[in-house]
Amino acid sequence: MLRKGFAIAALGFAMLAGPALGATTFEEPKDVHWSFEGPFGKFDKAQLQRGYKVYREVCSACHAMNLMYFRNLGQPGGPFYDEKYPNPNDNPYVKSLAKDIQVGDIDSETGDAIKRPAGSADKFPSPFPNEPAARASNGGALPPDLSVIAKAREGGPAYIYSLLSGFEEAPAGLTVPPGKHYNPYYPGDLSSFWTGKGPAPKGGFISMPPPLGPNKVTFDDGSPSTVQQQAKDVSAFLMWAAEPKMEERKRFGLGAMIYLLILTGLLYASYRAIWRNVSH
Amino acid sequence: MSGHSTYEPKTGIERWLDTRLPVIRFAMDTMVDFPTPKNLNYWWTFGAILSLMLVFQIVTGVVLAMHYVPHVDYAFASVERIMRDVNYGWLIRYMHANGASMFFIAVYVHIFRNLYYGSYKAPREVLWLLGCVIYLLMMATAFMGYVLPWGQMSFHGAVVITNLLGALPVIGDAITTWLWGGFAVDDPTLNRFFSLHYLLPFMIAGVVGLHIWALHVPGNNNPTGVNVKSKEDTVPFHPYYTVKDAFAIGVFLLMFAYFVFYSPNALGHADNYIPANPLVTPQHIVPEWYFLPFYAILRAVPNKLGGVLAMFGAIGCLFVLPWLDTSKVRSMRYRPTAKLYFFIFVLACIVLGFCGARLPDDPVIPGVTSFILIDSDLNSFVWLSRIAALYYFAYFLVITPILGLTETPLPVPESISEPVLTEKKD
Repeated sequence: MLRKGFAIAALGFAMLAGPALGATTFEEPKDVHWSFEGPFGKFDKAQLQRGYKVYREVCSACHAMNLMYFRNLGQPGGPFYDEKYPNPNDNPYVKSLAKDIQVGDIDSETGDAIKRPAGSADKFPSPFPNEPAARASNGGALPPDLSVIAKAREGGPAYIYSLLSGFEEAPAGLTVPPGKHYNPYYPGDLSSFWTGKGPAPKGGFISMPPPLGPNKVTFDDGSPSTVQQQAKDVSAFLMWAAEPKMEERKRFGLGAMIYLLILTGLLYASYRAIWRNVSH
Repeated sequence: MSGHSTYEPKTGIERWLDTRLPVIRFAMDTMVDFPTPKNLNYWWTFGAILSLMLVFQIVTGVVLAMHYVPHVDYAFASVERIMRDVNYGWLIRYMHANGASMFFIAVYVHIFRNLYYGSYKAPREVLWLLGCVIYLLMMATAFMGYVLPWGQMSFHGAVVITNLLGALPVIGDAITTWLWGGFAVDDPTLNRFFSLHYLLPFMIAGVVGLHIWALHVPGNNNPTGVNVKSKEDTVPFHPYYTVKDAFAIGVFLLMFAYFVFYSPNALGHADNYIPANPLVTPQHIVPEWYFLPFYAILRAVPNKLGGVLAMFGAIGCLFVLPWLDTSKVRSMRYRPTAKLYFFIFVLACIVLGFCGARLPDDPVIPGVTSFILIDSDLNSFVWLSRIAALYYFAYFLVITPILGLTETPLPVPESISEPVLTEKKD
């Protein structure tokens, strides 16, 4: 009787239900397997190196990473860490990577603004001198800083991977404004741009054009340079950049958990022993 | 701190000190010899867990303050610098951030335990009131601490919460400006929040001292709610409860460590890793999980001032609870009807928490539209939070006073020892 009532009520509600009002929608990020998942997961060094190359050759044209220094690339857990150089500033590979990049400085003799090759203690330079310049070059949109982007977006690296590899032709019936690009993984509300049948497609318009392309980056280790591969590698690199101490954290955590388990076990045994003769 | 002291100084130096500053006597009376009911269950271990969490938060916080820069231009980067360049900075910061959540988990268990076993009733009203003061101070401290990393959620959370005071008639705007130190949440606000965030924990520590003092006058309540009648009912605090508390702390720390080492950002919000930008408002402004039930109550009332009053009233109910409860029986173990209402109350708090995390107009059952009641669809989180908030207030203001007069409690044991010897504990 009660169930029948519910069924009728549900039917009534369903008939009352009008068209859904506009709201932010997005496609759930793709399911990706990462080497750094789980309590024992570690970064894949080769992947981080490829990811750095994607960042350097593609992303860094528009996106800053203000919290990153070249030395970070050679620190323990980093893409170019070498046991022979415990001080990452001495790492020759890091030095040579830095040397290829020009950074701004002040001439100590004349006080003039100059450019010089970066050293390992330098920050990654920003592609634009300031925010208005960045917006002026990007159709009014501001390319976000990527230092902690993998922690600053719901879905983390899987979201970044899905976004970078998920650009699609806009479905018929969707009017894409000039300078914008349809991406189903980018949160947005497309209902006012939609003239097709049924509900508006999930996703939103992003100002960033599809940044990756087949063979856009040549990987030194011979990995096939597909969009998927580039997107996956750069997402892993950005995760490392956001959490450079993750490996150290998990390693430390294992010791801490084992210690606490033993301690708790001993405390439980003491508790049982002390309370043995008390009825409670 | 009171009662009969059993300490006898044995050495010359102890006797000398005892007549000048009896700190050893004090420590022995409060932490070693203190007679404690022998039937306390694991719900009673959260007091010790809370003390430890307070120490953790102060120690990690003092170290963080050595590296943190309270300035709108540098705060975000200084926190990330702690994570990246300070030795074990990631550990200290993740312990502090997750420690706040653990602190609130423990305090909520502690409060619910109080409600269930009637620990707030005479003669422990002052003990309870001090606990409420600690909880208020904790909320203020946690709120200001969350502002310090100066991420998007920090900034916009601070804007939303401080703006609430603007709802007060006449003086609202003046108070808000005074609190901000300007006409918007800005550098002066961040600086004073940092200053107060450093100050309040020590005030909490002070009130905790009073809380423990007030505990040691009547002594612990216990799961039966029956007063201690004889020495048979108690055991000395040490080693019986030091070891039991230590074991519970071990289990709690395992959970804490799991979050710190394997899921350090699970309890936070991704938006707070975006540096604060006053010109871009996040889609959803949500407080940390431990404030969500109150946030839901705030939004359940359509009027802003009404919402603010309801939110503070929800905490105010806790303060007057000892005088609202008319039941002569302390423990709900012997109050089956009250027990039922209590569990619905716990459920209502959890429901409010869920509602606080959602947009008010989102449907509870997806895809179903019912009918507009007053201002919103009945199938919406705002209506669910109204129902739950109504129960929240009814529990304190209606159910608790009336139930104590109308219910028929089960027979209460003569003493603590009696049920221990005759029946199985629950």
